[in-house]
Amino acid sequence: MDFEAIRSYLPLYWDALGLTVRIGWQGVALALALGVLCAVTLHLRLPVLRRLVAGYIELFRNTPLLVQLFFLYFALPKIGLRMSPAVCGVLGLGLLCGAYMAETIRSGLESIPPIQTESAQSLGMTRMQVFCHVILPQAVSRSVPGLVANVIFLLKETSVFSTVSLMDLMFTAKDLIGMYAKTMECLTLLVVFYLIMLLPVSVLGSLLERRLRHAEFGP
Amino acid sequence: MRSLGLDVLFKGKNFLRLLGGLWVAVRISLISVVISIALGLVMGMLMTGKNRVLKAVFRVYLEIVRIMPQMVLLFVVYFGTTRVFGWDLSPEASAIAVFSFWGTAEMGDLVRGALIGIPRIQYESAEALGMTTAQVYLQVILPQAVRRLIPLSINLITRMIKTTSLVMMIGMVEVLKVAQQIIEANRKASPNAAFGLFAVVLLMYFAICWPISRLASYLEKRWA
Repeated sequence: MDFEAIRSYLPLYWDALGLTVRIGWQGVALALALGVLCAVTLHLRLPVLRRLVAGYIELFRNTPLLVQLFFLYFALPKIGLRMSPAVCGVLGLGLLCGAYMAETIRSGLESIPPIQTESAQSLGMTRMQVFCHVILPQAVSRSVPGLVANVIFLLKETSVFSTVSLMDLMFTAKDLIGMYAKTMECLTLLVVFYLIMLLPVSVLGSLLERRLRHAEFGP
Repeated sequence: MRSLGLDVLFKGKNFLRLLGGLWVAVRISLISVVISIALGLVMGMLMTGKNRVLKAVFRVYLEIVRIMPQMVLLFVVYFGTTRVFGWDLSPEASAIAVFSFWGTAEMGDLVRGALIGIPRIQYESAEALGMTTAQVYLQVILPQAVRRLIPLSINLITRMIKTTSLVMMIGMVEVLKVAQQIIEANRKASPNAAFGLFAVVLLMYFAICWPISRLASYLEKRWA
């Protein structure tokens, strides 16, 4: 191990981590928004939109992110839609993971027994009130384990961004290996930085899960 | 549509080459899935056992697999271990090693979940009938667990196939790489070929994964 080299690489890795996290969280935000919209559309059985949403979910769940990114970044400019690598990254992640989020939230919504809706209605709540105050809060707390898994999956998937020339962790490692051939050092740093990024998310996720389960079932 | 690369798609052997690339991806994932299922069954059974040390080791293993991107694992195995141990790994062997490593963890966790889902009374009744541990597992528990496992392992196949698109990063020529080569070769004659070809690759993945995941959800509903 060449620790001198590792020290000189560190700033580059921190920059890359910053970029990965930034794009990752923008992707998560987009995915969550899309996921909730799609899940609600499916749940309320909106006539035409439902078909569109179902098609979108199937398409994005059954193709790899790498291919989707290639399509967004290399193919769309040919028909006049040009986007920067960062926009491509956020959009690709958001669209991919939005489909997964939608599935998770939808199954959360479906797991709420109909008696909840019926009771709320018999209390004189409107359809909107029932959905916002009774069904959604319960569904969200049931979906949390799945949502956390999705967030981790999404942050992991950022590793394919290097292919559309975003300077993320993977790109930095590949670049440094290409220039200085210190394979061991670069790969060790790569692993360590992914741990720095994802271990806290994983730990926080399981704490959150425990807290919510406590809220649902009591101590 | 001429300008969008559909002419290039059917020029010469291009389409066959793409299909060949797709087969590479499917072959790697099938081999890895078979290995993962075999090892995952063993791992799942061990995880429900009583050995504390073994359980802790598996927890760490699961967490590593959960956190590390498959691309990083591919790089570590293909570029890292070859450097450290001096052995010579082909990209295909590294890919199969990594995907099996990943798949075994996933499968092990699924098996554990399925085994825990089987009521305790099944184990106890089988033991009360004087069956040995091997008999209990082979003749009572596994046949019931398999029913819940089949849809989940079919899902694992589609995830494997999707993840194999990463092997182009360690220099394997699979469908995405073939598409890139075709686009490069026809840069002058058909500058917009990227659109048609990448769209076709996207649809090829969809055409493979979609029926498989439909089958999985059908079985899940039917056997639930």
